[in-house]
Amino acid sequence: MANINTAIKAEARDLNFFYSNGARALKGISMPLYENKITALIGPSGCGKSTFLRCFNRMHDLYPGNKYEGQIVMYPDNTNVLDAGVDPIEVRMRISMVFQKPNPFPKSIYENVAYGLRVRGENNKRIMDDKVEEALKGAALWNEVKDRLHDLAFNLSGGQQQRLCIARALATDPEIMLFDEPTSALDPIATANIEELMVELRSKLTILVVTHNMQQAARVSDYTAYMYLGELIEYDDTDRIFTNPGRKETEDYITGKFG
Amino acid sequence: MEHKASVIENLAEVRAMIKRHKRNDTLFAVIGLCALMLGLITLMLLFWQLIADGYPKFTIDFLTEFPSRRAGQAGLLSAWVGSFLVMSVTFLTAVPVGVAAGLYLEEYAPKNWFTDLIEINVSNLAGVPSIIYGLLALGLFVYILDLGQSILTAGLTLGLLILPIVIVSTREAIRAIPVSIREAAYGVGATKWQVVYDHVFKYSYGGILTGVIIGMARALGETAPIITIGALTFIAFLPPSPITAEPPFLNFEWLSSGFTVMPIQMFNWLSRPDHAFHINAAATGALIIIVTLLMNGTAIWLRYKIRKNIKW
Ligand SMILES: Nc1ncnc2c1ncn2[C@@H]1O[C@H](COP(=O)(O)OP(=O)(O)O)[C@@H](O)[C@H]1O
Ligand SMILES: [Mg+2]
Repeated sequence: MANINTAIKAEARDLNFFYSNGARALKGISMPLYENKITALIGPSGCGKSTFLRCFNRMHDLYPGNKYEGQIVMYPDNTNVLDAGVDPIEVRMRISMVFQKPNPFPKSIYENVAYGLRVRGENNKRIMDDKVEEALKGAALWNEVKDRLHDLAFNLSGGQQQRLCIARALATDPEIMLFDEPTSALDPIATANIEELMVELRSKLTILVVTHNMQQAARVSDYTAYMYLGELIEYDDTDRIFTNPGRKETEDYITGKFG
Repeated sequence: MEHKASVIENLAEVRAMIKRHKRNDTLFAVIGLCALMLGLITLMLLFWQLIADGYPKFTIDFLTEFPSRRAGQAGLLSAWVGSFLVMSVTFLTAVPVGVAAGLYLEEYAPKNWFTDLIEINVSNLAGVPSIIYGLLALGLFVYILDLGQSILTAGLTLGLLILPIVIVSTREAIRAIPVSIREAAYGVGATKWQVVYDHVFKYSYGGILTGVIIGMARALGETAPIITIGALTFIAFLPPSPITAEPPFLNFEWLSSGFTVMPIQMFNWLSRPDHAFHINAAATGALIIIVTLLMNGTAIWLRYKIRKNIKW
């Protein structure tokens, strides 16, 4: 199943995760993320997709008492991003995230995109202008906002706000981008735009996307992982998963017999 | 046929029920309005009474004259200057301390039994009678720290008094910021301090400011703690000016000066047997209420203005 032409960008190895209440939300997950590919996570609600995704950028560190076990190794440097000695901020500088609901800052469009650069100490206006423009173009938003960069981000439509969040995540040249159900709050047209955008972004970076929408996984992803109750049931080429899954549980979920 | 009849019957019943419920709505609205009016009208009447009584003293002279033994000449100069200076000290101490404490409790403090205890105590402090603060200040500032019965002591006392208000409103303003915004900021690699400074503080300062103004308005009318620490009731001089003509242009002697404040001046005039002084007292009361209303109005306006750009 592994495509020999593509390198592995990151890899979860026997990953367990425990919330502060002791609940074990991930059970021994091992799977790769191929470089410049889109990997989709599917599974019924509550199966641990978001939990898994948020391990990659150490989002769980924001809340006390959460515990990781196992590894998520990034290549080519072989860094285990879950290692206690690795600063979560360093991890977030390499792996950016787009959330379920658009969450722009109550600042201008420009400042939203520029914030990741400011955090990195950039304050050269020319460099910043260029990077903001590049990111907005990368997020297919530039043409719609180029004349009102200093308007408040809240004045954009939901779909535009989500693309703005993608631009914000893109501006810092991340190696991996995480998407947690990025279209669940959007209408079909905005959804199509975002899907198209993800496919375009694939050439620049590696994508891991959670979706509750199987058609979306089938449309955009190269690889698909099916999770259930905190376990990885099956991981394979997206085509294979949707046409000829190896496990009965996967097939039942895909065909709508369950979930 | 039978079925149709029962539907119609049912509908009639539903309509009767809705009507009954609506009647309760109206009833409650009327009771609520009466309760509101009772409070408001009483206040309005009191305020009106003060204005009517104090009306002859609504003059510039009243603000530029020192108190005097003759009611007709007595003015409010030392009292409003005193109030202003005391409030400045209160502002400069309570705001930085209260905001920092609120930020710390909300953003940095670990959540454990100790911070829970602090939290309960802060909320309780907001309900402690103000005279207790006066007693505390008398012991601490006047006797132990030997700051005297000064503007500094009064300002610090009122600062302590409104500290819980500032802390609580800071925390509430911070809590109103959605988790998703914080996660967005951390998500691009911000440190804790960057999140606090660039986001938490910037999005909550409208709410914080509102709390500060409301606290200050409360401090302005406080009398009991100031009397307890021994403010003078008759002052015919002004504290040394904070700004001087020669370098270093600033002078801090005013902090240790004796003083009086508007509510105390009012209290003093009211306790005189001569009715003429009661006019002065009424005018002072009206002034305090007007300033308080202006401050609260500013708070509402600021909140509206600042929140306009923030939608969550
Ligand atoms: N903060 C939390 N504390 C404790 N349990 C949680 C928390 N967040 C999620 N869970 C639990 O972890 C499991 C996985 O949740 P999640 O990863 O959000 O699922 P998904 O994204 O697949 O819908 C669920 O059973 C959920 O109840
Ligand atoms: Mg989820």
